[in-house]
This record gives sequence, C-alpha cells and structure tokens, in this order.
Amino acid sequence: MSPVFYILAAITLAGGLAAVVLKRLVHCALAVTAAFAGLALLYLQLDAQFVAFAQILVYIGAVAILIVFAILLTRGSDLPKEGVFSRTWFVGLVIAAAVFAVLAWTVVQSLRGVPQQTAVPAVAVRDIGNMLVGRYVLPLEIVALLLTAATIGAVIAAMHQKEGRQ
Amino acid sequence: MTTTPASVTADQIFILLRDWLAGFLPAGLRTAADVVLGVIAIVAVFPALFALTTVFERKGLGRMQNRLGPNRVGPYGLFQPIADGIKALIKEDVVPLRADTVVHFLAPLTLVVAVFMEFAVLPMGRNMALVDMDAGLLFFFAMSASTELSVFMAGWSSRNKYSLLGAMRAIAQMISYEVVLVLSSISVVMIAGSLKLTKIVAEQNQYSGQFPHWYVFTPWGVAAALMYAIAATAETNRSPFDLPEGESELVAGYHTEYSGFKFALFFLGEYLAMFAISGLGVTLFLGGWSAPLQSLNVIPSWVWFFAKVMLCIFVFIWVRGTVPRLRQDQLMNFAWKFVLPFTLLDLVVTALWRFMGQGWLRWIVCTLILAAAYVLMGRFGLREERMGRRSYRYAE
Amino acid sequence: MLGEGILKGMLETARNFFGSYVSKERLTTVEYPEKRIPAFANARVFPFLVYDGSDSLGGMRCVACQICEKECPPKCIYIEKSKDKKPDYVGKPQFYPARFDIDISVCMSCQICVEVCPFEAIKMDTEFELATDDRFGGLLYDREQLAKSNEYYHSIHPAEANEVDARLAEEKAKVEARAKAAAQAAAAKTAPGSSETPGGGS
Repeated sequence: MSPVFYILAAITLAGGLAAVVLKRLVHCALAVTAAFAGLALLYLQLDAQFVAFAQILVYIGAVAILIVFAILLTRGSDLPKEGVFSRTWFVGLVIAAAVFAVLAWTVVQSLRGVPQQTAVPAVAVRDIGNMLVGRYVLPLEIVALLLTAATIGAVIAAMHQKEGRQ
Repeated sequence: MTTTPASVTADQIFILLRDWLAGFLPAGLRTAADVVLGVIAIVAVFPALFALTTVFERKGLGRMQNRLGPNRVGPYGLFQPIADGIKALIKEDVVPLRADTVVHFLAPLTLVVAVFMEFAVLPMGRNMALVDMDAGLLFFFAMSASTELSVFMAGWSSRNKYSLLGAMRAIAQMISYEVVLVLSSISVVMIAGSLKLTKIVAEQNQYSGQFPHWYVFTPWGVAAALMYAIAATAETNRSPFDLPEGESELVAGYHTEYSGFKFALFFLGEYLAMFAISGLGVTLFLGGWSAPLQSLNVIPSWVWFFAKVMLCIFVFIWVRGTVPRLRQDQLMNFAWKFVLPFTLLDLVVTALWRFMGQGWLRWIVCTLILAAAYVLMGRFGLREERMGRRSYRYAE
Repeated sequence: MLGEGILKGMLETARNFFGSYVSKERLTTVEYPEKRIPAFANARVFPFLVYDGSDSLGGMRCVACQICEKECPPKCIYIEKSKDKKPDYVGKPQFYPARFDIDISVCMSCQICVEVCPFEAIKMDTEFELATDDRFGGLLYDREQLAKSNEYYHSIHPAEANEVDARLAEEKAKVEARAKAAAQAAAAKTAPGSSETPGGGS
C-alpha cells in the first residue's frame, strides 16, 4: 500500500464522514462529492481509467448535481432547528453496522474465489466496450430498459401533476 | 543520423525544446520534468490566449456594431488585458456578510482547476498531447461535468437571490446540453472506434488527393458538428444561451457577488472552457492538427490546431454579436425537442453510414434522411404553444 | 427553414465587421477628447449670468430681484442684494447682486431661472467639462465665475441671443420714447408723469 492510497482513502473517508456530521445539507452534498472524487482517484490509482472517469461523470456530474438540485427545490438548505441527529440514531447505527458486516463478509469471502494473478491485467476501454455489447449485453439492455421506464415514469408523474393544477 | 527537414523541426519544435530542457536533469527526473514542462506550457499559453481573446472579442463585437472597440491602452488597445488584470488584482475582494466563506472561496478555484484539466488530453499538434489517455474523451467530459458543481457552489454560497437563480439556470442548462454534447461526440467515436483523441485525429489525418478526411465533410459529421456547436455554446454559457448571467434580469448570475481576482478567475474559467470545448470540437470534427490540404502540411501542425481553435472562437464571437438571448423555456424546448432528438437520429444515421460500406449510396441516403429530418423537425417540432393573454397575478 | 434568420443576421454582422474596416462612414464614433463635435444650439447645461460691455461686474444685467432664487426648485441659487445702486441705474433704483452663487452640484438644469428672469440676465451655458477634484468649493460657482459676456452668449446660442438683443433694444427704445414723452410732457407741463414700470417680461 503506497502513501498515495492512504491519502486518497483519507480524503474519501473524511468526505463520507463530513457528509454525515455536517449541519448544512448543502455542505453534506459537497462533502459527498469530495468522497466521490476520492473514490474516482482510487479507481485511477488502480489503473481503471474508464471506471474512474465514469465515476466522475456520473457521480459528480450528475448524481451530486441532482442532490443539490433537490435540496434547492425543496428549501432543504435551511438550517434544521433541532440538531442534525435523529432521535432514532441508535437504530440507524445498528442497521448500518449490519450492512457493513454483510458487505465486509462478502468481500472477504470473495477474495478466496478470485484467482491469484501476478501480472496486472491491462484492460483497454475497447475491451470493456466489447464485453458490454458482447457477453454482458443482456444486463446492459435490462439496465437501459429500467432507466427508460424510470424516465417515462418521471415524465408521466410530472404531466399528471400539471393537469391536476389546471 | 539523417538530417531532418526544417519543416519537421518546426513541427516538433516544442517537443524538442522540452526534451532539451529536460536533458539538463538527471535521467530519473526526466519523465516528471516532461510532465511539469507540459503543464507549465498549458498554464502559460492558454491564459495568454485568453488575454488576447478578451481584447479581440471586444474589438470584433465593436466592429460588428460599427464601433471602434477598445483602442486606448497601448497600440490598437492591445495592452487592455494588462490594464484589466491590474485592475482585477488590486480591487477590493468583497465577500458578502452572510456568505458561506469557505465555499465562496473554493468555487472559482475548483472551476479553474477543472477547466485546466480539460486541456491535458487535447492533442495540440503532432505528438503534442500532454496525457495520451485511452479514455481521453471520457476524461474531458468528466472534467467539464465537474465544472457544474463549482457554478452551483458559487451561486449558493453567495447568499444572493440573483446568484442562486443564475446558478440554477446554469446547471439546468448545462445538464440539458451536456447530454447533446456527449451524444454528438459519440457518433465520432462510433466511426473512429476509439475514445483516444490522438487516434481520432489520426483517423482524420488521411487525404484522398488533396482533400482531408475530416468528419465534418460527411453528412453525419456536419449534423453532429452543428449539434456539437450548439451544445458547446450552451455549455460555455455564451450568447445566445447566456441566460445564467443575463444581466438584464440577473445582474451577473452566479458570479454577481464576486469581485476582484475571484471574478477574474471566473472570467478566466469561462474563456478557458471556451478554448477547451473549441479544441475538442476541432479534434473531433475538424481534423485536429491536420492541415486542410495535403500540400499545406509543411506548416507546423500546432499552427493548424491553434488557427482552427481561434476560428471557432471567432464564430463564438460572431454569434454573440448577432443573436439575441433566448428565454428559459425556449432554451429548454430547443434542447429537448429539437437538438436531442436530432442528435439521436444522427447516431442512427452514423450507424447506417458505418454499415453501408464504401460507395456513393450512403452519401445520398444519409444526406436525405438528415436533411428531411432537419426541415421537418424545424417546422413542426419547435412549434410554440399558443400562449393566452398574459395575466398578472399581483398587478392590476 | 430553421436557422435561416440566424444566417441572415450573421451575414449582416459580417458585412458590418468587414465594412467597418473599408468604409469610414460606417464608423460613427467620435473619439472625444481629441475630436469633438460642436455643441448643438439647443444644448443646455448650467446657468450663467450675462453682462453687457466689457466690465463683467458693472455691466451685469442682473438686478438682484431674487425671482430666480425663489423659483429655483432645488434651491441652488443664493443671492445677496447690494446696499448701493448700480452705477448706471435709470429710473427706478436698480441694485446689483453683491453675491450670486449657484451650486452646480445641486442644480438640475431645469432652466426655470431663465424662464422667470424679467431682465434676460441669466441664460443656460453649454460648457460641460466641469469636473473638479474639489467636491464642495469647486462646484459652488460665484458671481465672477458665472459672469459671461453677451458676445459669449451670442457665440453659443446665436439665434436666441439675437432675439433677446432685439427684445432688449425694443424695450430700451420704448423706455426712451416714454422718457422723451415724459420729458416733453414735463416741458409742456400739460400732463402728470405716469408711473412707469419697465415692460414686465415678454
């Protein structure tokens, strides 16, 4: 593990932590963005260019903007009157710990399944593209269908609301 | 060793200069020095170009309106940017009392940094790309997408309703047109078969007789280039899509509350984004650094790149001097009802072009489809809803 | 077709762009400090006081009647009446302004003082380069600064000045004729002298 990894990990963790503890919702959104950026840099450090840039494009360019837009449109940027911690924080903690435990267990388990490779495989963007429209075309299409359905649903929801108002 | 002709030396002059400078360092540091020198070159050249562009833009706009433009500072007003720079530097840096100081401070910085990153992948001449990435195009779009967040940061942290409205407009506009920007570039990727910008240029750097194989000289290429140009104008908040800073209703949009050098940074970022997006447009459609005629290849490649970029900038200025600003609903209608469907159709046409093989048939078919779609969509797609008489809720 | 109008507009701006380098009459800009256009006859900036002859204070037409001071909407005129009379007073006692100040930082160039003056003594100037680094004293013009000759008035508003001169000459002739008539009457001792007033305004 190189020092670069530790720096990036620190940035990511600090971003994630700040997103939880900061008071203002917009600050939290920006902190999440910092965490996304740290994650992208981690991917980049692992030589996964495509994933890293897709992470920036999708998460910083779209997801973070979407969060921010939602905050702006719902007056969420006002400071909450009673603190930022919910009264049921303990339940949340338990659920988070459980999720973390499951994920960690899966990751540790799957480590055994991965064949030990000495050489780092060079994955070109071209190969990813070929895989996506070759072997993994069905999952890709399913995801595309899902997203299209979501978009159409959003449009219909918006249209319905407009008619109701008139 | 064979003697290299002078034209090759001129073509590679910057590479040779860099290698010569790096040669003074020990071998272990040379790769790092190469990168640092490249970064220095980008950081020096483009702001200088920005300074020149500001004064040429004002003069050009003036001429388009039969005025003289700035001509007081130095010969023909050429030192105007120096005067402006000094003014921006020594101006008081005013931060609103209730502003979110940290975010307010970070916004212009993140903007300029992200925009500077965009230049890293642009091939500005033969062998002159700072980082020749496999996913270069994706990197470019990733960086340009992260500028949106700094626009939001600026608008939100200022605690000013004009700034916030400007930021919201800017983000809505940038998201809508970024889709088009990416989709119109994808048709190039489909033909070139790579996200690597140097590869895309190399594909276009072929000649049949004297004429180059630039993508803009194909039916799908014209359509994609046109859509790209529209999206680029909107993405860089240039007139006629400059609603985010529409001074008639929003003072200055998201940078209303910035003064002094922070404002200068925003200004710089805006122009650098213009250069970057022009550079990408040149790379994708206008053959990058390749010469427009085979026999003109004697002129160094970087001259062609910068000449093409400046030509694009001139078109930006020309459009700014001509077209009035759109309304927000017109802007959105235009994006979602005309530009996006047309770009999607262009993707299909590009696929058709790809699979129809060589021959003249594909020229006719693709041109006909695109021309018919353009005329029909222009006539029926953008038909405006008849608005009733305007009613005022509070007046009257 | 879509975009046709934009192309037409861009052609027009391109024509302007290249035309402005070729034909000089396209460029209407006058580069001000070096080149100037002569002031228009109807230009009006701030008021000044007209004097006849060469003596700026003795020949001043103003008789310190203070009508302008009272009428001035932003109250930028300050007049102090003199204790003694004008050296060339005729008939009724005529005074002169011991002080006549106009604060041009307050003046709004409404020209009401000019309209109400019965003596054609205050007129509008065309001088506009009045910038000064003294914010208070520099913008408060006193009697000496405000006094300008009738020739100057002729040079800036020729038509109007001729009209005014004609009117003044006519009035003077009338007064003289009346004085002559009065003198004749006094000489003949037939009629009592009528109390005369100088013709009230125009």
